[in-house]
Amino acid sequence: MQIPVQGFMYPNEVELQWSILIVLYPYITGLVAGAFILASLERVFRVEAVKPTYRLALLTALAFLLVAPLPLQLHLGHPERSFEMYMTPHRSSAMAMFGFVYLWYLMAVLLLEIWLDYRRDIVLRSQTGTGWKRGVYRLLTLGSSNVSERSLRIDERLGYFITLIGIPSAFLLHGYVGFIFGSVKANPWWSSPLMPIVFLFSAMVSGISAVMLLYMFSTWVRGQRIDMRCLDTVARYLLYTFIIDFSLEMLDLLQRIYEADESFRSLDFMVHTRLWTSQVIIQILLGTVTPIALISLTQVLRCSDTARKQIYAVAGSLTMVGIFAMRWNVVIGGQLFSKSFLGYTSYKMGFATREGLLPAIVLMILPFIILWVLVKLLPPWPESASLSESDAVAVHATS
Amino acid sequence: MFKDGEHLIRLAAVFALGLAAFVILRAAVVPRSFGQYGHYRGAAIAEIASRPIALAGHVTCESCHSDIADQKKLGKHVVVACEACHGALAAHAEDPTSVQPKKLDTAVVCARCHEANSAKPKWFPQVATADHSGGIACDTCHQPHRPKIETGKSETAKTEAEGKK
Ligand code: HEC
Ligand code: HEC
Ligand code: HEC
Ligand code: HEC
Repeated sequence: MQIPVQGFMYPNEVELQWSILIVLYPYITGLVAGAFILASLERVFRVEAVKPTYRLALLTALAFLLVAPLPLQLHLGHPERSFEMYMTPHRSSAMAMFGFVYLWYLMAVLLLEIWLDYRRDIVLRSQTGTGWKRGVYRLLTLGSSNVSERSLRIDERLGYFITLIGIPSAFLLHGYVGFIFGSVKANPWWSSPLMPIVFLFSAMVSGISAVMLLYMFSTWVRGQRIDMRCLDTVARYLLYTFIIDFSLEMLDLLQRIYEADESFRSLDFMVHTRLWTSQVIIQILLGTVTPIALISLTQVLRCSDTARKQIYAVAGSLTMVGIFAMRWNVVIGGQLFSKSFLGYTSYKMGFATREGLLPAIVLMILPFIILWVLVKLLPPWPESASLSESDAVAVHATS
Repeated sequence: MFKDGEHLIRLAAVFALGLAAFVILRAAVVPRSFGQYGHYRGAAIAEIASRPIALAGHVTCESCHSDIADQKKLGKHVVVACEACHGALAAHAEDPTSVQPKKLDTAVVCARCHEANSAKPKWFPQVATADHSGGIACDTCHQPHRPKIETGKSETAKTEAEGKK
């Protein structure tokens, strides 16, 4: 396969080593961190309005977190060796420490918070359910069916505490991804201390927008009415974080333009040629400016509920595309130019190869399948919580 | 308090079990000599050192094949070591009669270095083999050890001219 090259490339730069799977990885972890931060809003800052999305956001974060390491595994020629970073941790390598950041976030934060929040439902279902599902619930109760007033209060308090730890952990999880790129000092497209912060805010943007879309979609599928107060609040948060995210990115850009260091001409050329569509058109115009403008419109103009829903749906979808383009431009863009600043290569994506488009599509569908299973197992809907209120009393009375 | 926190104690037990499993697994799978000298398996050094040597080095080859070495000195391939083309041949250098080197397919061997590629420096001689020779073995025209195709000019004049450059 001949790769079209323009100008001078060093031999090891011609072929891109970090493929679309490495684009997916920050995209997916970003969704995790963003969804979790939205959930934390309700809990820590007691934003009652977004409560209907709380559990959905947690489950979304879990579904995506379970998939997050898979693109990396597929990218590795020897996936089984990734296990070694747990066995013989290398403290001086940010990449090698990721395993622990991931594990911490999965085990100590997300699973724990979900378990505590759902424990009452799990206990109830383990007593009323049937078949294999009942077995699963029984396993999840860990053999304790205590759902007394006090035990639930303890759960509530512990859950609050975990959320408190969870927010910096979510920041760590995604800030870390930005850190990895930001600390590649040989690559001027990546090397920037602003990188972790930009990644973090774009993660929040994508996570909030994903939960917003999922909330709209799932309510529609279940034939329920959307809680407009909730949706408006989520959209407003999306707008705020988006504005911060966009300002940060523009700040980074301005700084680069003004500083105009030795890499600038080369990068500038790249943005005007190879990255023009994906960066300027898709990421900035379509994926950032348009959704910001659309949601701002709902803040200034008085729109009907239907109109707002439609605007949110369009803005949310564009956001998802825009953030994906941002990851693409960072990961792929950072490999398209030569470190000699004299040449450019191209990225040729395979289709049904180990790192091709097909596995990327499968990996993007997988979290939704996991989410579907999670939702079946642990329904996050507000009405299912209120329905079982009476059962709880009954169970409590008998125990 | 204790009764209502029981589920948390169970949870802590699950975590403790997981941690214990990790510690046991780690003790079982991490090689003993890991970390002896650094972040790697200490015993690996001895293992690698005990492997049979594969490459003899061009000085060894030249001690027997001095005719080839003399040829090679006249052309630009003087900078290319014997085993870069012939492959690792320490076994042959040990015992030349019983271990015979394989015949090389020049259409493959030469293209490995000379196939045109914009990533290679401009000064490096390179050809698009498909256009240049169309699959014919390169050594039908080029002498592998002294690849420049010389037409006419005397041998000595040529080498002197190259020496001056
Ligand atoms: C100890 C002397 C000795 C050393 C050292 C030696 N060779 Fe040889 N080589 C020979 C002899 C003798 C033959 C001829 C064997 C025969 O024809 O039976 C031979 C044959 C060859 C041939 C095949 C010639 C043909 O006609 O097909 C090649 C190629 C070759 N050697 C390459 C090498 C290389 C490369 C090295 C260095 C790694 C090397 N030799 C080191 C003695 C040596
Ligand atoms: C540029 C690649 C290249 C290099 C470098 C090279 N050879 Fe060769 N050599 C060949 C090719 C090609 C042939 C012809 C095909 C064959 O015999 O396998 C050959 C043939 C030979 C032969 C047998 C035929 C002959 O011409 O007598 C010997 C012996 C030999 N090489 C030894 C050496 C030694 C010793 C060196 C290092 C001083 C060396 N070669 C370096 C490519 C190379
Ligand atoms: C290991 C890499 C390598 C292999 C294999 C190799 N070459 Fe070369 N070749 C070189 C280098 C290095 C030069 C010298 C370039 C320079 O200094 O200008 C060279 C130079 C040449 C030149 C230009 C010589 C001149 O005087 O202008 C020709 C022709 C050539 N090689 C043909 C061949 C052929 C034919 C083969 C296969 C038998 C071959 N090369 C295999 C590395 C290689
Ligand atoms: C039909 C004869 C023929 C064959 C076969 C052939 N070449 Fe050549 N090659 C030539 C001639 C003639 C030249 C020009 C004279 C020169 O510069 O030495 C040349 C020049 C070269 C040069 C030097 C180009 C430069 O820019 O200085 C390289 C490298 C080369 N050939 C490599 C190969 C390789 C590799 C193969 C095998 C795939 C091959 N040749 C096969 C005839 C041939």
